[in-house]
Amino acid sequence: MIPGNSAKPGRCRGCSTVFGLLLALSFAIFSTAAGAQTLTLVSWGGSYARSVERAWVEPFMEETGITVRVEDYNGGLAQIRAQVETGNVFWDVVDMTTPDAVRGCDEGMLEFIRLEDLPPAPDGTPASEDFPPGSRSECAGGGIVSSTIVAFNNELFPGEKPSTLEDYFDLEKFPGRRGMRRVPVVNLEFALMADGVPLERVYQTLDTDEGVARAFAKLDTIKDQIVFWEAGAQPPQMLADQEVVMTTAYNGRIFNAQILENQPFTIIWDGQVQETSGLVIVLGTPRLEIAEQFLEFISSSESLAAISKYISYSPTRNSANALVSTHLDTGIDMAPHMPAAEQNMRRALNSDWLWWADNRDEMNERFAVWLTR
Amino acid sequence: MSAAKNPGDSRLRRWLHVGFCAAVLFFLVAPVLVVIPLSFNAEPYFTFTEGMLRLDPDAWSLRWYRNVLEEGRWLPALGKSLTIGIAATVIATTLGTLAALGLSSPAMPGRGMVTALLISPMVTPIIITAAGMSFFYSDMGLGQTYTALILAHAVLGAPFVVISVSASLSGYNHDLNRAAANLGANGWTTLRRVQLPLIAPGVFTGALFAFAASFDEVVVVLFIGGPEQRTIPREMWAGIREQISPEILAVATFLIVFAILLLAAVNWLRQRDYVRA
Amino acid sequence: MANSLTNRRLRAALLAAPLFVFVSVTFIAPLATMMMRSVYEPVVAESLPETLAALADWDGRELPNEATFRVAGMEFIALNERRALGSVATRVNRLESGMRSTMLGVARELANDPPAGAWREAMIAADEDWAEVSSWLAVRRAGERITPRHYLNALDLDRGAAGEIVAQPEDRRIYVTLLLRTFAISAAITGICLLLAYPVAWLLAHARPSRAGLLLLLVLVPFWTSLLVRTTSWIVLLQNQGVINDLLVALGILAEEQRLSLIYNMTGTIIAMVHVLLPFMILPLYSIMRTIPPRHMQAAASLGGSFWQSFRRVYWPQSLPGVAAGSLLVFIMSIGFYITPALVGGRTGQLISSMIAYHMEQSLNWGLAAALGAILLLLVVLLYLIYSRLVGVDRMSLS
Repeated sequence: MIPGNSAKPGRCRGCSTVFGLLLALSFAIFSTAAGAQTLTLVSWGGSYARSVERAWVEPFMEETGITVRVEDYNGGLAQIRAQVETGNVFWDVVDMTTPDAVRGCDEGMLEFIRLEDLPPAPDGTPASEDFPPGSRSECAGGGIVSSTIVAFNNELFPGEKPSTLEDYFDLEKFPGRRGMRRVPVVNLEFALMADGVPLERVYQTLDTDEGVARAFAKLDTIKDQIVFWEAGAQPPQMLADQEVVMTTAYNGRIFNAQILENQPFTIIWDGQVQETSGLVIVLGTPRLEIAEQFLEFISSSESLAAISKYISYSPTRNSANALVSTHLDTGIDMAPHMPAAEQNMRRALNSDWLWWADNRDEMNERFAVWLTR
Repeated sequence: MSAAKNPGDSRLRRWLHVGFCAAVLFFLVAPVLVVIPLSFNAEPYFTFTEGMLRLDPDAWSLRWYRNVLEEGRWLPALGKSLTIGIAATVIATTLGTLAALGLSSPAMPGRGMVTALLISPMVTPIIITAAGMSFFYSDMGLGQTYTALILAHAVLGAPFVVISVSASLSGYNHDLNRAAANLGANGWTTLRRVQLPLIAPGVFTGALFAFAASFDEVVVVLFIGGPEQRTIPREMWAGIREQISPEILAVATFLIVFAILLLAAVNWLRQRDYVRA
Repeated sequence: MANSLTNRRLRAALLAAPLFVFVSVTFIAPLATMMMRSVYEPVVAESLPETLAALADWDGRELPNEATFRVAGMEFIALNERRALGSVATRVNRLESGMRSTMLGVARELANDPPAGAWREAMIAADEDWAEVSSWLAVRRAGERITPRHYLNALDLDRGAAGEIVAQPEDRRIYVTLLLRTFAISAAITGICLLLAYPVAWLLAHARPSRAGLLLLLVLVPFWTSLLVRTTSWIVLLQNQGVINDLLVALGILAEEQRLSLIYNMTGTIIAMVHVLLPFMILPLYSIMRTIPPRHMQAAASLGGSFWQSFRRVYWPQSLPGVAAGSLLVFIMSIGFYITPALVGGRTGQLISSMIAYHMEQSLNWGLAAALGAILLLLVVLLYLIYSRLVGVDRMSLS
């Protein structure tokens, strides 16, 4: 009894030190999470997220004093649904492709964004007339037009270089592994275009079972050579590591690798697929007011144009297009690098977000089946 | 008489056996260890550069360790892993030890069934457990909370404690309980003064197992954790999936050292258990 | 005496009770929830009660009557105002692609321009899919509260127009193949682990104690090392520009362009999983073999049996409990393995777990995920029952 007692105080002092440390540690963890005036913006990571930070987040923090934390994700609605359903909303503003925004909006997971609340263009045109009709979800503001293109590493093609979308599917002419995003979106369109379906008939073709089968059959021809990617930051890295000879990628990521890292990459604009994305507010966020403030801030023509100082994505407002100028760090003219530049538009498809909102589940499932076969 | 009596044959067999085992043990250990030198690579590659092989000091560096400390996600992740792990271990150890004491009693009713139920979290494929918990906690409104994760990890860790404590108790003489009772001790005193000291090493071993299980668990975290619950395994999962940078190898090295420390602790405890028994 | 036995029973039961309750609530209840989710789909039924009541008497061959159109239209409008139509439409859309916009579109148009009398015409004018019988069939089927649909889908089956069970079209069958593949691969991994583990466990069990302790450490270090760390190691070792390929190229065994594809396929999955699971085979084998006195083998040999004969007759039967425990553990862990195949399996090295995770996290088709999980669970319980019949649960041990 007595020896036990005499040993106890010493042991307990050790215990309490450890315990105190743990308390301090957990306090440090939880306090960073619980800051009331910290807005969480979820975006796509990599060089695009850095552009978002510099073009939108930093100016906003400077003007308002509100802290914005940027997190990464790879698209999709799953995590947002879980947060809305349990009422624990951590993500306030999310950068989302239009089909996702449309679905999230329809399913009541996102706040409506009224165009009347967004700032007018510099010449006074109201926002409702400045966003091209039918280009955005009722729950999205701001946003960009990006393009999925095929890019290759020049060093791997000392002779003839690929120049068309068909070349991506041509293993005989250009052997080697191909990178591809692990989703059906864009890839089915690529397959049909490369199989000779004219632009205006792509979605009509996909509306039929035979059309979908035809797209998958085209993908089958290169299946064994495909390396799949999930995050937008991966394709430039795969090209740089020479893990693949060409890959589908977001044009802005390739641009940044070319300009900022001097990578010997080339973009094949032929057959590009353009998609719009926008920023949405998750329904039920306790920080609704600052989230709306942020959306209003980034939806101005100036803010939307600002993103193109850092990465080659076009703004979603008509009036902002005129404000696109040069790359901030290198001073190069951005216009020729934009998806919408005339010489890049010879064969360009606009992704049909309504078709994808309706068919995404089925196509994802068929794509998953196709993957495991 | 027969082949077994031929000494040359049996020696050959013995060498083959030892050689085979050496190969298997090499297969087990080498991949774990190869990560350690690579984490000191000065270049962002996952293979030994020529400089490293020449032992050129410039080819080796601590830059990935610096990155891990400076980049803002690993330290909070460590904190979250420890918080969840310790809380889950406390629950698992308390409940598991009590249950093992009950199960060890010859009077325990329905022992086989109860044991099977208590052990079941350990022998159920994790993907099923994680899916079930994901439905359950989101129905309960506990999705994406620390509470849900701690409860989940506690129930996954409890079987380790039950098994480890039961092993400690397997040599326990239950007459001691009756002897203590005859000396006037009540059930609680007997537990505290007679049984617990005897099984303490088993309890700690079980606790270490439970903690290690939680500290390494990622499927449940992926399914029921929200954006707040970014533990170390979850950060590693994301890192490996997206762009595997040598930073991951630095974290991996830390985890290997951590595993070796845990192992040493368990071994030390087992020896104590052995000495006492 | 009887009283004291009752007391001791009560005491034992009370000690086990807290964990019993805890496991029941935090583990058994989730599994039960999963089983329920696999057959129970209340959302559509609760959201469209009147439409479904009207459709209940419908013959399913010709278009429903005006009254059905009217209640459906009105319920769509009401739901859309509450922003609840989207999740209903998503569920109908799973049965018939395109129904999502068909339902949402008609709700929007009808709300803007409410029809005075002719709902049927108005709805067909808004979206001509409402003139298709299949659209209404999809609504009716999505409205089943208790449905075998997910189990049918999980077995690559579906229901035809008249409700009969039909096989999925060939290009959509996947789950049966994946289930069988999962079992085959798990069995193969279990077999490989047993082959590798048995001699090692033997060596450990019958070596001198000091050496055995050291060798055991070589098994325990990987056992205690994080699964993610070990998976990372295999990526580092096996990838195209990885250590093994580099070594083979440097030694001149392979030319630069002949580098082996050891990872992101089934080879990678099997190698990494064997590595991860091997200790789970070695440790139970070791703990059983330690109890087999080496004298038995010597005695058998001295009676004139060859090594293999005495092994087969004397040693193997005694080691069987270890073989059974290790194999069961490895097999059960294999069929539910997710992390390693997901990280190193690439396209062809995936097991059924990847589809469960996909439906949990990406497609959000939780019913199907639950059905797949339930099927897997059933098989595990069966295995477990067979095992406990043959060996008994008490033999389960850590090392």
